[in-house]
Amino acid sequence: MLTEEEKTEIMSAIRHHESGRAACVDVLKIVQRHRGWVSDEIHDIAGLLDMTTEEVDGLATFYSFIFRKPVGKHMILICDSVCCWTMGYEVMREHLTARLGIRPGETTGDGQFTLLPVSCLGLCDAAPAMIIGDEVFGNLTTEKIDAILERYAD
Amino acid sequence: MTTERPLTGSMKLNGEPLDIREYEKAGGYQAFRKALGSMTPAEIQSVVKDSGLRGRGGAGFPTGQKWSFMPAVDTVPGPRYLIANADEMEPGTFKDRVLIEGNPHQLIEGIIISAYALQVDRAYIFLRCDYRRGAMRLLRALEEAYAANYAGKNILGSGFTLDIRLHVSAGRYICGEETALLNALEGRRPVPRAKPPHPQTCGLWGRPTVINNTETFCNIPHIVDKGAAWFKGLGLTEGGTKIYTASGRVKRPGAWELPLGTPLRDLLNEHAGGMADGYSFRAVIPGGASTDFLLEEHLDVNMDFTAPQKFGSRLGTGGLIVLDDRTCPVGLVSNLIHFFSRESCGWCTPCREGLPWVAKTLQAIEDGEGRPEDIGILEGHTRLLGPGNTFCFLAPGAMEPLQSALTYFRDDFERHIREKRCPWR
Ligand SMILES: Cc1cc2nc3c(=O)[nH]c(=O)nc-3n(C[C@H](O)[C@H](O)[C@H](O)COP(=O)(O)O)c2cc1C
Ligand code: SF4
Repeated sequence: MLTEEEKTEIMSAIRHHESGRAACVDVLKIVQRHRGWVSDEIHDIAGLLDMTTEEVDGLATFYSFIFRKPVGKHMILICDSVCCWTMGYEVMREHLTARLGIRPGETTGDGQFTLLPVSCLGLCDAAPAMIIGDEVFGNLTTEKIDAILERYAD
Repeated sequence: MTTERPLTGSMKLNGEPLDIREYEKAGGYQAFRKALGSMTPAEIQSVVKDSGLRGRGGAGFPTGQKWSFMPAVDTVPGPRYLIANADEMEPGTFKDRVLIEGNPHQLIEGIIISAYALQVDRAYIFLRCDYRRGAMRLLRALEEAYAANYAGKNILGSGFTLDIRLHVSAGRYICGEETALLNALEGRRPVPRAKPPHPQTCGLWGRPTVINNTETFCNIPHIVDKGAAWFKGLGLTEGGTKIYTASGRVKRPGAWELPLGTPLRDLLNEHAGGMADGYSFRAVIPGGASTDFLLEEHLDVNMDFTAPQKFGSRLGTGGLIVLDDRTCPVGLVSNLIHFFSRESCGWCTPCREGLPWVAKTLQAIEDGEGRPEDIGILEGHTRLLGPGNTFCFLAPGAMEPLQSALTYFRDDFERHIREKRCPWR
């Protein structure tokens, strides 16, 4: 069930667009901002947008950054594309998996971190690079990763 | 050779964006005032056409010509749209990020002038979601532009009205393909549409629509301000400047605005500072992941829209990806193909089925499990997934670095298979 707060935000997003359908990605993001991921709300969303549940789910599963499964509090998006790969992505990934005790795509047992290798982040001049939340981290080394994880652990 | 850098010259060295005051102090919104105050839409279209500006999104289509395919308002009245493509997900490419983060108003001014030239009253900026800093800066700049009435209703009393909206996407390389982008904006599954009809006549919600790359729009204010002849004079071999970037094991990875046609060798040695200590040059992918490798013997090529074709490659996005001697070429190509395979939208069979197959074959070779016949299979796929066999250019683009790698690094492929291991590991 969508909360009243979510519904209000969704209705305002719909008003801002040409149609409910055109607002779909923004609406999925609203729900994801509140819950971290998008679950069975898909059905309620479809009703509000005048779309079928299948259509909304088709979009939700198509986009890389709409999550249909629970994710951790902090998403570690590590770039696995060509420049980062050349500059040491594999070493950084191995270091992260060892430190966090998870494989790529998994979430730590305490729900703090999800590690997700992603397509080129456009940070090629600062490779290897990753993003956590709104923060961008470039020219990664294993030492830097340790310091970054330290800061996020709470 | 000119050293003028109209697109980046006024950017701050500390990486902060210019706000509206600073932008105007540096000459910003002058072209916009000139355009709305004293030029007709047709006059703007003609100066853009005369400038010879070619699209900076990768394909190099002449912008003036693209615009001319949009029907006039009196023949097709009703809504029409303009879209700035800032989806930038081509591996090795980050020029639009540099332009947006450093000077968001320049893009907005380019959009306003272009919208006026095409008599469009609704524009979208389609931004990839990982450019969060860019999104914040664009929103801020849009607020400033609206507050100054450079956008919105009856702009500066001219009678021209323009609404500009920022659409932040949710990740997927295919959304940058212009017709998939249209579906994305409409809230449909972002797979490409059949062409024709072209977006200029039947685009967003079936209405006339022009889509240009971010860097293309950033050139418009300068062309309108200083004229077509000035713009042509900026380049070395073709008109204008280009934002070139370089990444990989070079001394100074980065972005530089340089005359269009700057030789590849100068980009690598002078601007990127040559190879990092302990590494030597092996090859370069010159224009983002969808372009063919070039070797040492090709480095004198002028990086413009025509010259690299002599050597089977392209300017593409101008994003250089450097391959050094300590990186496995098979591993690098395998990484590229994994990207394309993951990002395939799945709409047409050759790409949906072929790319994962190519990816698997490359991975097997890299892991020492390749068979001698695999090279022939890969070569076959460069034709099967080549131009004309797929619905959009994603798959043919993916085949460009593979086909040149199979030619230039043949020995490396064969050695992996013969020795049943990656010699670099
Ligand atoms: C798979 C694919 C991805 C693309 N991604 C982008 C992109 O992120 N940005 C862009 O400007 N053009 C991209 N393009 C090219 C666009 O389809 C289109 O040609 C371009 O935006 C036109 O702008 P221009 O004429 O100013 O170059 C892509 C093309 C393909 C086939
Ligand atoms: S070539 Fe690939 S990305 Fe393009 S339409 Fe076909 S499946 Fe989709």
